[in-house]
Amino acid sequence: MSSASLPSPASVSVQLAGGSLEVVAAGEWQLTGKMPSWDAAAIETAPVRLRMEGVGSWDSSLLVYFSDVEAWCRAKGVACDDSALPEKVRAFLKQLEAARASGPAGDHAENFLTSLGLASRDVVSGFGDILQFVGECILGFVSVARHPGKFRWRDCLDQMQQCGAMAVPIVSLISVLVGLTLAYQGAVELRQFGADIYVADLVGLSVVREMGPMMAAVILAGRTGAAFAATLGNMRANEEIDALQTLGISPIQFLVLPRIIALGLMMPLLALYADAVGALGGMMVASGILHIPPSAYWIEMQTSLEVHDIVTGLIKALAFGLLIGLSGCMCGLRADRSASGVGRAATSAVVTAILLIIVADAVAAVVFNLLKV
Amino acid sequence: MTSSDTAPAETPAIEVKGLACAYDERVVLKDVTFSVRRGEIFFIIGGSGCGKSTLLRNLVGLNTPVEGSVRFLGRPFSEADTAQRREQLKTFGMLFQGGALWSSLTLRENVALPLEEYTTLSRAEIGALAALRLAQVGLTGFEEYYPAEISGGMKKRAGLARALALDPDIVFFDEPSAGLDPVTSRHLDGLVSQVRDTFGTTIVIVSHELSSIYSLADRLIMLDSETRGIIAAGKPRELARSSSDPRVREFLRRDDVEQS
Repeated sequence: MSSASLPSPASVSVQLAGGSLEVVAAGEWQLTGKMPSWDAAAIETAPVRLRMEGVGSWDSSLLVYFSDVEAWCRAKGVACDDSALPEKVRAFLKQLEAARASGPAGDHAENFLTSLGLASRDVVSGFGDILQFVGECILGFVSVARHPGKFRWRDCLDQMQQCGAMAVPIVSLISVLVGLTLAYQGAVELRQFGADIYVADLVGLSVVREMGPMMAAVILAGRTGAAFAATLGNMRANEEIDALQTLGISPIQFLVLPRIIALGLMMPLLALYADAVGALGGMMVASGILHIPPSAYWIEMQTSLEVHDIVTGLIKALAFGLLIGLSGCMCGLRADRSASGVGRAATSAVVTAILLIIVADAVAAVVFNLLKV
Repeated sequence: MTSSDTAPAETPAIEVKGLACAYDERVVLKDVTFSVRRGEIFFIIGGSGCGKSTLLRNLVGLNTPVEGSVRFLGRPFSEADTAQRREQLKTFGMLFQGGALWSSLTLRENVALPLEEYTTLSRAEIGALAALRLAQVGLTGFEEYYPAEISGGMKKRAGLARALALDPDIVFFDEPSAGLDPVTSRHLDGLVSQVRDTFGTTIVIVSHELSSIYSLADRLIMLDSETRGIIAAGKPRELARSSSDPRVREFLRRDDVEQS
């Protein structure tokens, strides 16, 4: 292709003539192409006269350029004469000016105090929502206790399979790795003092009291909490929750309780399983690196662990399970009715659940310490 | 249909007085007053964004009105407590725009759920009734299908079967023709008409499908987004011919339907 066949690019010539600036646009104006800049072309503050000469095709880019010139003229307090422009261009320029005047939608927050007020109102309203949801769930539990025949046990069993049995592989992997890591880190230090055997105590107590329930809870927060929020959020977007409400069926009874009860039942079992697999991980390191026989490891771990250590871990696991279920279901039921709303609900469920788990773990540590268990 | 038997014969099926609906601080509708007679097919029409679906959601209790009252068969609904409201909810069904079938349940289970919740029938009886309802809407053979495995028109029919599960006195439809081809849409209109003729059910339909309006509506109200209320009420053909409001005549203008 010869260079002569290439379209000439958009250009503007600016000349001072008779005390006014003659702004003459030429060439092919394309929004996606290179555009001249008016700031660079404004050589002197003087009235402006807009013209088009030898302009081939043009689009919004030409209008934006002329509009910039007009805005500059208004700012400098000089006249802008567009009478030489075609009628169609002048009409578009008027529309563009009107659109600029209306401006983009402003932020609701006008100042810091307004922002603070709105944020405070949201926090209070959000706290009220949480209390209402927890209250509804407690009433639901009472209703299930009074009429267990009405409860959807089949859905609960399905959920138990989903959040319990199906989570076993990932809980196994994470727990064994946590046990391995704890034992390996402990072994390096303990070996220096010839106290290798106490790696069993370290791993046993850490896993049973803390890491087993905590790791199982974090896995379930990511796996099950997000799934609860996404499922319920999607049901809300598809009006399935509305359909329940118009039949007078409580979404709490129908959807939330089977999930929370399933998680509450499965979480301690998974934590117990995570304890066992974590201890096994520690035993693998003790046996492979420290050459401690598994039987000696087992006996040492038994001497350091009390029943209440296991029970405290299981109580925490139960609390974690309920918190994951509550946050997942609440975020799902309050999701915006859109695809992005469902995504936000899932994210929010995981973040809220992990935050609640850590807070609950800290509270439990203080309470168990006060109770000396 | 016990509730309609106990209420006086002249009591309207639905009475709405001075209803105002809002989302947060944005008022969508204000001072909406109308009544629907028993056994009537009543349309709520209007342009997009005029508040038709909002009005419907406020009628069935999914949203709470800011002002005004709703009464079904003479009994207050919008001011009723949860227990009273639940009693009334048994007497009406609703077909949502997309069907809103519960995706984790089969069609039979979807239709059976209201029966399980509100009746003491045996499992076998509920299963048989659910199959009957599905047969009435032409879905025999699809009882064990999940909602994701059937077409949009079939979902709406299954939604209708579910809405009719408890033999309701009043059935609400939210845009029943939306997203359906003309043949399926006409078939659904036929089902609606059949339900009313067979059971004397009162039917309220939110729609802007003119062919459905002209073929089904006994009466209608038209909402408008600027007025934020009712701008016309009456029979569709009369309104199309003689409404004093040009917006109403323009909306209902359809030469081919008028000629037919």
